[in-house]
Amino acid sequence: MFKAVGELNLRRFFIQRMIMGLLMENEETTSANQPLVEMRAITKTFQNVIANNCVDLSVNRGEIHALLGENGAGKSTLMNVLYGLYAPDSGEIYLNGEKIIMKSPADAIAKGIGMIHQEFMLIPTLSVIENIILCMKSDNALKLDLQKAAKRLVDLSSRFGLDIDPWAKVSQLSVGEQQRVEILKALYRGTNILIMDEPTAVLTPKEVDDLFNVLKEIVKEGNSVIFISHKLGEVLNISDRITVLRNGKKITTVSSKDVSREQLAKMMVGREVFLQYDRPAVSVGKLVLKMSDVCCNNDRGLVALSNISLEVREGEIVGIAGVDGNGQMELAEVIHGLRKVTSGRIEINSVDTTNCSSKFAIEVGLSHIPENRQIRGLVLDFSVAENIALINCEKPPFTKNGIYFDPQNAVRVAEKLKNQYEIKCSNVNSPVKQLSGGNQQKVVLAREIYRQPKLLIAAQPTRGLDIGATEYVQKLLIEKRSENMGILLISSDLDEILAISDRILVIYEGKIMGEAIPGKTSVVDIGLLMAGSKVSEESRGKE
Amino acid sequence: MMKPLINKKNVTKHSHNKGRIQAISSFLAILMALLLSGLTISITGVNPFAAIRVLFSGAFGSSYAFSETLLRTTPILIASIGLAISFRCNLTSVGAEGQMIIGAIAATFTGLKISLASPVLEILVCIIAGFLGGALFGAIPGYLKAKLGTSEIIVTIMLNYIAIDLLSYLLDGPMREGGSFYPQSALLDQSVWLPKIIAGTRLHAGFIIAIVFDIIYFFLMFRTPLGFKIRAVGFNSKAAEYAGVNVGRSILTAMMLSGGLAGIAGAIEIFGVHHRLLNGFTAGVGFDALAVALLGKLNPVGVFLASLFFAALKVGSNTMQHVMQVPTSIVYVIQGLLILFVFTDTLIKDKLLYFEKRLKTKQSGE
Repeated sequence: MFKAVGELNLRRFFIQRMIMGLLMENEETTSANQPLVEMRAITKTFQNVIANNCVDLSVNRGEIHALLGENGAGKSTLMNVLYGLYAPDSGEIYLNGEKIIMKSPADAIAKGIGMIHQEFMLIPTLSVIENIILCMKSDNALKLDLQKAAKRLVDLSSRFGLDIDPWAKVSQLSVGEQQRVEILKALYRGTNILIMDEPTAVLTPKEVDDLFNVLKEIVKEGNSVIFISHKLGEVLNISDRITVLRNGKKITTVSSKDVSREQLAKMMVGREVFLQYDRPAVSVGKLVLKMSDVCCNNDRGLVALSNISLEVREGEIVGIAGVDGNGQMELAEVIHGLRKVTSGRIEINSVDTTNCSSKFAIEVGLSHIPENRQIRGLVLDFSVAENIALINCEKPPFTKNGIYFDPQNAVRVAEKLKNQYEIKCSNVNSPVKQLSGGNQQKVVLAREIYRQPKLLIAAQPTRGLDIGATEYVQKLLIEKRSENMGILLISSDLDEILAISDRILVIYEGKIMGEAIPGKTSVVDIGLLMAGSKVSEESRGKE
Repeated sequence: MMKPLINKKNVTKHSHNKGRIQAISSFLAILMALLLSGLTISITGVNPFAAIRVLFSGAFGSSYAFSETLLRTTPILIASIGLAISFRCNLTSVGAEGQMIIGAIAATFTGLKISLASPVLEILVCIIAGFLGGALFGAIPGYLKAKLGTSEIIVTIMLNYIAIDLLSYLLDGPMREGGSFYPQSALLDQSVWLPKIIAGTRLHAGFIIAIVFDIIYFFLMFRTPLGFKIRAVGFNSKAAEYAGVNVGRSILTAMMLSGGLAGIAGAIEIFGVHHRLLNGFTAGVGFDALAVALLGKLNPVGVFLASLFFAALKVGSNTMQHVMQVPTSIVYVIQGLLILFVFTDTLIKDKLLYFEKRLKTKQSGE
């Protein structure tokens, strides 16, 4: 009797458990449909600028979600809100359907949200594993068990196909490898929502492919990736869904299967974009730049350029393609006389300018749009007019009789250029640091073209500019080419190089890898040259 | 709630306000320094309001007092203009004291050795000698900075000691007045003394020279390509280099002009006040000039007002000591507090801007 009752109870108990289990399973399936993260009506303002205006974003489990928009559209702000760096003015964030409030990135990390910024947060002198466990609590307060941590890291890296040596020093790693360390750091901390801010900007095409494979592995395990970008091609390639932001507002969220490149571009910019330009045929003229076997060192005394020989003629745009940091900056500086060559010869306009002063290069007919406009190109505390007068300040019209510097004349020239180049500033006497990046670049452009140079070096002329300003700058370069200017375009944006150059030279580790003609040489081949595939065997042989 | 993005009107209004806010914050800095100074004075058991009133009447109360203040203003103004030139070039020179001494030595030596038919010409030659002496002494840190990147702060501090000891050596030996008991040079001939500009006072023509230099400073910095280049190097030497400016040469020029003006300040102190070379004739003017250049925000008018203010403190503090028995050293406390608060005025400015913004948002919210 007792036994039977017991058995019955037991049976009842099991049935209950089964039903409960079923119910729980049911619950789990519903939660799988529920978005992992949901941001509702996020608004964030900075002073007078609304960076995010009632933006909604929901990211599903196991999804790569792209956040697409121009520079200044509010992508990074939105992600910094999610990462706890900024507190939103209004709006709510839900994680697994639960409302969360984050006061700092530490809160976000504890909740499984990780972010990889454009600039890596790594300490170069430490090893990979040291960087990864930095700021993490150790199991044993007295002993630092690096071996154990390294073992866990190796497990983790093999699981996601992220090949890395835990004992390598970060300073010895390539940019792509450093990015892997950042990803591993996030995964090691138990991140299941990984935010990546423009991760492909510094990578070669091959490294981009590797990164995409890793991201696919990561989301396979139910994690999510939010991918910030303004490059249409890669967004379509990698993401499941795309949210487009424009001027701080959410335009739409679409599935990447249902949308074309042109539609995306239109959503992003708000109008049709023509990324292809008409380039009138121009017959090339005299040599304006001739470099023969130029070598130079970088700031650390290592070889930056080795045996560079190239020519630029009137009426042509020669593009220098390559991943950042392969000697492009040194190339521009050597031509401008800002850096000494160790051997070789440079001629501008058939005048020997090897190791000349910066002033002499300018006098011979060089203009230079420097890579970093805020450090090289502009004196930020000076007004727009003073920045226009910066070059040739001791010459007319800025200085009369060689002694009287007339600020009124600088203002007059600046007013003219302001109208001609549509520089948006309240007043040409206001400090140039108050201008937006695009308008600062226009100030540099206006000044450099105003001098009517024979040779123009345009280094990363559209970096950090939105599509509208980019289009403007690129059109201007083509226009100046038609007016017989010789242009050396140095850019790490391959699309830009392909769109406007007549010839392309690919630079890798300070060497010219080869020449390509847009439309004739395939992009894949150029990509291979950019990755240094030609010399890789040579250098391996040396080691 | 939602306000439009920046519009043009807001931007211009904002930049107009900036000058006003700068003035208010400088004023607040001085006010706070005076308040704290008053507190310090009251600790010594003296009514601070009375003390400060005596201090100012001692500096401005009578025409003689005022002439004394202007007399003290003269070397401070010239030396601080010199320092302002180097500061504009982003060079933190501390060398005005030493450069003044070298300038004074060069000028006095010339004055004692040569005798020209025209005294005006002779004074001019001596002042030029003072300029050259200071300029050459300023060229040392300038050259080292331009060629080797050596810190101009340390070099100028060290050179100050060299100048002080050199002066004391010269007055003990080669330049000592024959048969004199004191370590001092021979008296300059009365014909080369700087003429008095107000009878019955000690105020001499050097004050006019100082005012002229203040005006020249404005034109040099804002109306010549040289000044433009010096400012460009000071704000951003990389951009200046890119723009074809010879950065090293600009640094050297700025340091030489800076030293040269300090040298003139030293020469004028000798030819206008002491009429012979003495130990310690600078009375710390070279260091006061440092504070004055900063307090005056490197602006020609600001530097003039700040020199006047510092000179008034010096002159008035003597009266304050006589009348109220407040030690002169209290004035050094006041000067110290002033400098401290001047450096915090950016902080005050930010707070003011913040309050203004809050006020505006409140108004627009209602």
